[in-house]
Amino acid sequence: MTWINAVVQGVLIGGLYAMFAAGLSLIFGVMRLVNIGHGDLIVAASYLAWAVVHATGLHPLTSLVIVAPLAAAFGYALQLGVLNHTLGKGILPPLLVTFGLSVILQNGMLLIFTADTRKLDAGALETGSFALSPGVDIGYLPLLMFATALVVIAALQFLFYSTSLGREFRAVSDDREVAALMGIDDRRVYASAMALSLAVVAVAGVFLAIRSNFDPFMGPGRLIFGFEAVIIGGLGNLWGTLAGGVILGVAQGVGAEINPGWQVLAGHIAFFLVLAVRPRGLFPRIS
Amino acid sequence: MSALVSRATRASRVAGLSALGLAAVLVSAPWWTDIATERLIGEFMVYLALATLWNLLAGYAGLVSVGQQAYVGFGAYVLISLASLAGWNPLWAVPMAGLGAAAIATPVARLVFRLQGAYFAIGTWVMAEVFRLVCAQISALGGGSGTSLTPAAMKLVAATRPAREAAIYWLALALGLGAVAVAYLLLRSRIGLALTAIRDSEIASDSLGIRIDRVKLAVYVLVAGLTGMVGALVELQKVRMSPDAAFSVNDWTAFVIFIVVIGGIGTIEGPILGALIYFVLREYLAELGSLYLMILGALAILVMLTAPQGLWGFVQRRFGLSLFPTGYRVRGL
Repeated sequence: MTWINAVVQGVLIGGLYAMFAAGLSLIFGVMRLVNIGHGDLIVAASYLAWAVVHATGLHPLTSLVIVAPLAAAFGYALQLGVLNHTLGKGILPPLLVTFGLSVILQNGMLLIFTADTRKLDAGALETGSFALSPGVDIGYLPLLMFATALVVIAALQFLFYSTSLGREFRAVSDDREVAALMGIDDRRVYASAMALSLAVVAVAGVFLAIRSNFDPFMGPGRLIFGFEAVIIGGLGNLWGTLAGGVILGVAQGVGAEINPGWQVLAGHIAFFLVLAVRPRGLFPRIS
Repeated sequence: MSALVSRATRASRVAGLSALGLAAVLVSAPWWTDIATERLIGEFMVYLALATLWNLLAGYAGLVSVGQQAYVGFGAYVLISLASLAGWNPLWAVPMAGLGAAAIATPVARLVFRLQGAYFAIGTWVMAEVFRLVCAQISALGGGSGTSLTPAAMKLVAATRPAREAAIYWLALALGLGAVAVAYLLLRSRIGLALTAIRDSEIASDSLGIRIDRVKLAVYVLVAGLTGMVGALVELQKVRMSPDAAFSVNDWTAFVIFIVVIGGIGTIEGPILGALIYFVLREYLAELGSLYLMILGALAILVMLTAPQGLWGFVQRRFGLSLFPTGYRVRGL
């Protein structure tokens, strides 16, 4: 029964990993940019939520009303002010600039919030659970996390394929120059994509902060989980990203069941196994 | 009318002779300086070597790795295993660390080369994490908290402390200057010509018949081997080692990337200049702690956005100066 439990909990945590991954996948799809600072932005959103909760007394989930728009605005400005200048010049500039951003964010958070670990308190939500079967309890928080991941991905999917903004995303993704000729302001479209990515980051950051302790140096680990989910699922496929997150979560859960020291390692090994067998991921869409 | 095709310029001859003179001065350092200075120069040599090697990968072969800490840590673990568990002289373990790192880099490359561009970067990082997590499971080497080289192993390097410090210093010098020499000679060779072509345009070099994948693999394995030797050196310098320190992405990759970007990527001189700037900045700003790291990150972003060829690239364009020329010039026409 402990094995079934490990798999079920792994599936649920996979929702969180899919949220780490969705923002990463979105901006890669639109502008072929891999944001090394993505994990640090998630942790920064956690700290922002922590500050908002402590200033206003809001419930952590309600704080998203403030945190998500702020994160999106920051993303918009970051893209217009910095990241747009790195595009179209090869792979190095965006990579190194977001790498610098990552170091700045980590040390900035360390300066402001110190190295102490923090956590957001979501009250009864954290402890409540119901029994699926004897030995397999489902917590309300993991369930909510997974449901939120479903909603986030469905919403992104809808936005991408059924709205005019989504059409612009796909247009600049297919051919930046032709899209520009058709009157699309590609710089603003990229900024919108980054804003959207950071709105998802805000949701992921709040759930991260409710689920476990966080500190300024957790970002790279979250980036890696999100990245693994993207690659396992297949580039450019949002639902594949969810599948990737679930596979990663299950691998970690099963690994931890064998030996607590193998939790993260088992996830990495699952990632490299997929890479060895299916280099383009399980459900690739972008060639 | 005679045209002369040559690599050398007056500046490069002066630079070559000065470099040889400087190397001789550095070799004699243990006789006229103290241990603290030896250690500072030794640490400089570590970063000079790592920056030069990373530059070969990212600046020439188009392989932007953020996982070179995998080989630094691997080298350190090979050294401590051979010295503390098998009783080897640590100095003999250094070339073994290099061979071991090169050997393991070959299957690693087969996996991570499946990822393109920026995804390659994060893939190498995941691989470094795998190395770290596996090493943290080795209970004979202290598991997650790590271990130290035994005093008996250190005595095998040399019996007295000054002799030991000097031996480690010369090893650092050999690896630091050796890495620059290897990069210089490699870039002047056939492979170097291929690498320079790949740097300038992968598509064009492919169409000219360069076997890009082979060249990239060769450079990746060579760099991994030398990085493994640097890792073994780091272990000798620090004596104490934990998985987190040995596989630190900040110490062995982030700083190295900043050095190369600020100094000038894709040139031999860039990493040298970058390492000098890094150490000068560190001397004056290190006490600022995390603020110093933020300044370094911001500086790297600024350079990447405004002068992507780095400070040396700026010097090169402005003054046409090349101290370690790898290309040819036509004169006298």
